[in-house]
Amino acid sequence: MANKFVEWIDARIPMTKTWNIHLAQYPAPKNFNFWYLFGVLAMLVLVNQILTGVWLTMNYVPSSEGAFASVEYIMRDIDYGWLLRYMHSTGASAFFIVVYLHMFRGMLYGSYQKPRELLWLFGMFIFLVLMAEAFMGYLLPWGQMSYWGAQVIISLFGAIPVIGDDLTLWIRGDYVISGATLNRFFALHVIALPLVLVILVFLHIIALHEVGSNNPDGVPIKKPKGSVPDEEKPKFKFHERFTKKYDIVDAIPFYPYYIVKDLVGIGIFLFLFCYVIFFMPEMGGFFLEPPNFEPANPLKTPEHIAPVWYFTPFYAILRAVPDKLFGVILMFASIVLLALLPWLDRGRVRSIRYRSILHKLNLAVFSVSFLVLGYLGTQPATPTSTMFAQIFTFLYFAFFVLLFFYSKREKTKPVPERVTS
Amino acid sequence: MSNAPVDKGRRRFLTVATGVVGGAGAVGVAVPFIASWNPSARAKNAGAPVEVNIAKAEPGQMIRVKWRGKPVWVVRRSTEMLDGLKTHEDRLRDPNSEEPQQPSYAANEYRSIKKEFFVAVGICTHLGCSPSYLPKEMEEHVEGVESGFFCPCHGSTYDIAGRVFQGVPAPLNLVVPPHYYVDDNTILVGEDKGQA
Amino acid sequence: MKKLLIALVTFIPSLVFAAGPTVPLDEAKVDLHDKASLQRGAQLFMNYCLGCHSLQYARYNRMFEDLGIPEDVGQKNLQFTGEKEGDLITNNMSEEKAGAWFGNPPPDLTNVARVRGPDWIYTYLRSFYRDDSRPFGVNNSVFPNVGMPHVLQELQGLPEKTYEERRIDGEMKKVYVGLKTDGKGRLTESEYDQAMLDLTSFLVYMGEPMKLEQRRMGWFVFGFLLVFTILAWLLKKEFWKDLK
Repeated sequence: MANKFVEWIDARIPMTKTWNIHLAQYPAPKNFNFWYLFGVLAMLVLVNQILTGVWLTMNYVPSSEGAFASVEYIMRDIDYGWLLRYMHSTGASAFFIVVYLHMFRGMLYGSYQKPRELLWLFGMFIFLVLMAEAFMGYLLPWGQMSYWGAQVIISLFGAIPVIGDDLTLWIRGDYVISGATLNRFFALHVIALPLVLVILVFLHIIALHEVGSNNPDGVPIKKPKGSVPDEEKPKFKFHERFTKKYDIVDAIPFYPYYIVKDLVGIGIFLFLFCYVIFFMPEMGGFFLEPPNFEPANPLKTPEHIAPVWYFTPFYAILRAVPDKLFGVILMFASIVLLALLPWLDRGRVRSIRYRSILHKLNLAVFSVSFLVLGYLGTQPATPTSTMFAQIFTFLYFAFFVLLFFYSKREKTKPVPERVTS
Repeated sequence: MSNAPVDKGRRRFLTVATGVVGGAGAVGVAVPFIASWNPSARAKNAGAPVEVNIAKAEPGQMIRVKWRGKPVWVVRRSTEMLDGLKTHEDRLRDPNSEEPQQPSYAANEYRSIKKEFFVAVGICTHLGCSPSYLPKEMEEHVEGVESGFFCPCHGSTYDIAGRVFQGVPAPLNLVVPPHYYVDDNTILVGEDKGQA
Repeated sequence: MKKLLIALVTFIPSLVFAAGPTVPLDEAKVDLHDKASLQRGAQLFMNYCLGCHSLQYARYNRMFEDLGIPEDVGQKNLQFTGEKEGDLITNNMSEEKAGAWFGNPPPDLTNVARVRGPDWIYTYLRSFYRDDSRPFGVNNSVFPNVGMPHVLQELQGLPEKTYEERRIDGEMKKVYVGLKTDGKGRLTESEYDQAMLDLTSFLVYMGEPMKLEQRRMGWFVFGFLLVFTILAWLLKKEFWKDLK
């Protein structure tokens, strides 16, 4: 009976085939470690954001008069409204945490290198759209931080020569941030950007499954056809789409092995996620900022405005530069350079495990710079902190410049033929 | 890779157990999403019980109030109106109020707590129009019946106890909302007596 | 690697919003389980604060229920404006009038504990002092030049900044030693502190009325996740036996 039904479906859409290609007969390297969890977690958070977002939209009022009160209405008058809202606000921060770790994984193991350049670019586009999504979403509660944060970020575009002022006016649709701005941000936040995001995630996964996953050793699991003796091939059946041109080694099917492994990771992630939701939804002022519990007041700026934590590394770079236009350029450059990694890194060895001490050091300094810049971005600017921000901005960019020069003739360790386990 | 025999029973048990617990989790996650569709505190407040002052109502007069966004009628019936109720019971669909269109304390021949005051939701049970109150002119629609309610949308007719006549589209008697007498001059619509 | 990640995730310096008042704040030991304290706080608020400050996002009946106040008692003792019990806690002060009287309209206080924090409120309420240069004759050391009179003067009396003569480096100097009330209030100093703690607790409750329910639910969710994660882990081990 069930078989008949599956046959009926399969004759009409490729259900079983899709299941096999992408899950049951998809060859995943057997040596995935903990860092390979964050992709699936990002998917989980995306689903959470879409579901809770749709539900919040049911009671949210996108107008400058009604927005703040409607959020409080959701928090107080709707059954479990507070839970839906905290799931969404915590999910926003969780999204960035898992995406940053996911990107860092790519840098650790050289996952951006050939042939995964496009996969990496799709990922970078996802990151960009996510930032736009988060920024526009943050305006919606219409609190003091929403308002003044948006004010500052939109003013960035004013740095662009000639068209800057007209551009900011156009973005706002008014002389100040107003109901018009709120409405267009709302439309983009709930419809346009999520749609783009979902399409990009789809493309990201299609690209991944076309070239196959990288792994912590950075060693391909696809070997030339006929080069691997039968007794060394895995005992699992992989889809002929993968085995037609290559011999696959050291791989296991994604389903069930990585599915059950990911379930454990999801469980542990949910502990942390739910801890924030139920016990500290503001996360000490990082996820929900105290001034944002006050309605937007165009006449009074809060004493200290900083963007939400996930923007602060870039914000710190912006502030480190004493020139407005150059600051904005540098801030955008800090993201563009990440996108260009596949071409800046001219090395042949992917994984950090087999790369030079210099590269390890370089990446470590980069990571520390990113964290320190993130911290500095949350703090009020003082002459000392600005000096530190300048130093670490320099180190941030130095990573890319150094990488470009040393990667071509890097002294690497011998790379094993096959993945280690 | 060894080919050690697989303990199929244990594997099946763990798969089912994880599936069941995970499924229970999914149901748990669904709860806030479903519960958030209940009327909010604001809606409940807007739908809170309404007090009606009946001290000044003349016989034959109707007082209209809004409860949960719907019209609620309080009609002070004259003795003639009450006497007239007996005359046409053979022409009604549900003369003895057997359908649960009223609280138990109003399931009597007058469909009310005190026979003088008739309380009903003024919404036709056919398709939701609000019928007109005809204290004298009901004869035009139902022969031999002086007072009642007539729905202008599809011509449904009710007597002065809100009981629907046969041969009209409306299937049921008018709804009597929960209500009680706070004192002799005040009716609270929307709550049974003794309910918090 | 795992250690590094854990370090990353828990990298949460707690002093983001350190920029704030320059006066050291006293700790408000708020206990949301102490219903009696919350009730006293509610009573203080309704009597002394609601005239100017609304709680416009909260409803009376929700508050009665959460604080364990029977509805009829609450309506009689805490609701002065004749609204329905399900109405929002508002007052009749119009913004323009209020602006004219106080310079700025008195803010709504539903979320004040989330904006300022309990310690700030607790200290602020105990930091009014006499200052004849101000329109209302009082100033506040936590919120300098605040446009608010000392509404609780009948309870606390009127504190003044007091100084003591002290010998410092062989010289007699006047040293600021704190605020001291004139003793004309109905409450003693410790009674007043307790009353302000009650009021602070009430405002903390107001900021997050769901807090207790939220925590209770959190423990329940943790229990569930524990079972789920253990099962998932056993399942993973079971399947991965194939790969050994």
